[in-house]
Amino acid sequence: MSDTALERHEQTMGEPIIEVRGLEVSFAGRTSLLQGFRRDKVSVATAVDGVDLTLHEGEVLALAGESGCGKTTLARAIMGLIRPNAGQILFRGKPLGRKLHAYRREVQMVFQDPTASLNPRQTIYESVAEGLRIHGIHQGPNGETEEELVARALSQAGLRPPQRFYLLFPHELSGGQRQRVVIAGALVLDPKVIVADEPVSNLDASVRGEILQLLLKVRDELRLSILIVTHDLGLAWTVADRVAVMYLGRIVEAGPAEDVLLHPRHPYTKALLNVVPEAGGIDRPILLGEPPDPTRIPPGCRFHPRCPVVATGEAAKLGIEERCRGEDVGLEELAPGHLAACYEAWIERDSITSPLPAPSTREDPRTLGP
Amino acid sequence: MSVLSVRDLHVTYRTKGGDVPAVRDVTFDIDRGHVLGLAGESGCGKSTIAGAILRLHSARTRIEGEISLEGQDVLALRPGPLRAVRWTGASIIFQGALHALNPVREVGDQIAEAITVHKLAGEREARVRTAELLEQVGLPARRIDDYPHELSGGQKQRVMIAMALACNPSLVIADEPTTALDVMVQAQVLQLLKSLQRELGLAMLFITHDLSVLAEVSDRIAIMYAGKIVEEGAADRVFHEPAHPYTTALAGAFPEIGDMRFRGKPSGLGGDPPDPQHIPSGCPFHPRCPVAIDACPTLDVDLWSAGEDRRAACIHVSGAPSFSEAST
Repeated sequence: MSDTALERHEQTMGEPIIEVRGLEVSFAGRTSLLQGFRRDKVSVATAVDGVDLTLHEGEVLALAGESGCGKTTLARAIMGLIRPNAGQILFRGKPLGRKLHAYRREVQMVFQDPTASLNPRQTIYESVAEGLRIHGIHQGPNGETEEELVARALSQAGLRPPQRFYLLFPHELSGGQRQRVVIAGALVLDPKVIVADEPVSNLDASVRGEILQLLLKVRDELRLSILIVTHDLGLAWTVADRVAVMYLGRIVEAGPAEDVLLHPRHPYTKALLNVVPEAGGIDRPILLGEPPDPTRIPPGCRFHPRCPVVATGEAAKLGIEERCRGEDVGLEELAPGHLAACYEAWIERDSITSPLPAPSTREDPRTLGP
Repeated sequence: MSVLSVRDLHVTYRTKGGDVPAVRDVTFDIDRGHVLGLAGESGCGKSTIAGAILRLHSARTRIEGEISLEGQDVLALRPGPLRAVRWTGASIIFQGALHALNPVREVGDQIAEAITVHKLAGEREARVRTAELLEQVGLPARRIDDYPHELSGGQKQRVMIAMALACNPSLVIADEPTTALDVMVQAQVLQLLKSLQRELGLAMLFITHDLSVLAEVSDRIAIMYAGKIVEEGAADRVFHEPAHPYTTALAGAFPEIGDMRFRGKPSGLGGDPPDPQHIPSGCPFHPRCPVAIDACPTLDVDLWSAGEDRRAACIHVSGAPSFSEAST
């Protein structure tokens, strides 16, 4: 993300709360004993390969992509659960050091499977109070007792009256209620950021909306920032202010949700949108092949082996095929706040001679027709 | 004639904690070349129906009603003929493709086994047929000697599809066939299933909780809640203009991108899915229903006409008895 693009974009948003700069995370692949003796090259999976990303105050940012694109690794690195190989994470402008204790109170994580996140032998009260105890918090900022803090978190998470849940065990609750307990466990520490990794994919269809509504409600009431990791662009459409699309360890397109989802510019984003099921739409083109392998990142634009623009010869016609195949491509701004890493998208942008009109959708999304 | 005809089906699991009525009075037909989509959340009884059609439930489970597959009364079949019907009459593609294959046998052998067990061909012929099947589902024939661990998730699901087609069944049941797969692979597998279904003129029962997937592959959709069908009609109309409030909520869980009604407003239902052992009285959906009226908790709901060629079990549809009638 170029600095000017970033600056211009930030004027329309809250202050940045988390900034990721040039982040890289890689994992050594498995090696057999024989390979060890022969000193064969160890295959390295580069899960996150130079990512810049900013989460602003009060914003819901959706990080989307197929499995293996690095979205969960990025979220975990932001949480400080994985040490990056390179790059920086800034929290309120200050780089994270080795002491993550205080940071971890401010940034809470909600995982996909609430049943796995909760200890089956702990009561709901214990589960929610655990964070307070780990952080040595015996009373709230206004002198609240531990019980008052737990009760408040449970009712913020929609479990009312909270006292009714204190002595229950996770197995006595439904899936949706369990996820609410997990969210209460995050809220009890009064965090500034929630990182939610596929928070509703394990829940029943009719319950999902309620959990998403809850996340939006706590965002509004407590002015939290939320990073939602999801494979579901429909979900991003319902909750996200901004969307970042990841492919093979890189962000390939990012911008306001309306821009990215209604006017996608990167062929990969278009492909992802194409596979969102739609009535009567089964015959549309679908990207072939399996999710790519992060141990073998192709040269040039990393999407080019699957890119329809390259495959159809469109890239050759535009005279960019060589760059697509050989020259690594980074994000550039297309419209205010809307970035994409694609040579074709840039040509499209540059062919419009007059300055781009600011999309009216930024001011009031509701004026835009479906 | 319908390939599959289900009449007044009741399936009751008998557990130590008492009887669990999982399917209550379900009736539907599937014609040759047609896809019926069955949607609902976990515990609504949709997979139980799949199990009942192939009689996969334990002997303790009580199954009442009528299931007729190509004119044969499935529930009355003796073990021998039943085994013959399984896979040649109707086959099933399960959700867990990743676990359904035997890890220590080559996938080709596992497909060929279905053919040889049913004595449809000798071993050599079966191998030729297996190679054809693999190509049909978009896998190179040389994959015949691969072990499951050498295949990706999508490829394994393709093997499961090949297996389901091995004995030329007239009905294929797909029970959440793409749920565990990645988005892009899910779309590929759906496209494959749909094109095979069209090409072979199969009747298909497609089960999933994702209404948008169903709207895409089905001709008709039936929505289940608490063991009953609560709405039924042509796929795109059920998805786009739901008549039952529960369908509205399900459709809202998988909104179309660009639909401004859902932008910034995820729609959800209050409450939790019903416990099959304690199904609410009257309309079973009334405790969660946003448009419930006084009559609903005692109403004897039925699938009433909700316009042309569709039915719904809700007091608010046009074919329902009038309010005064219902309240008296």
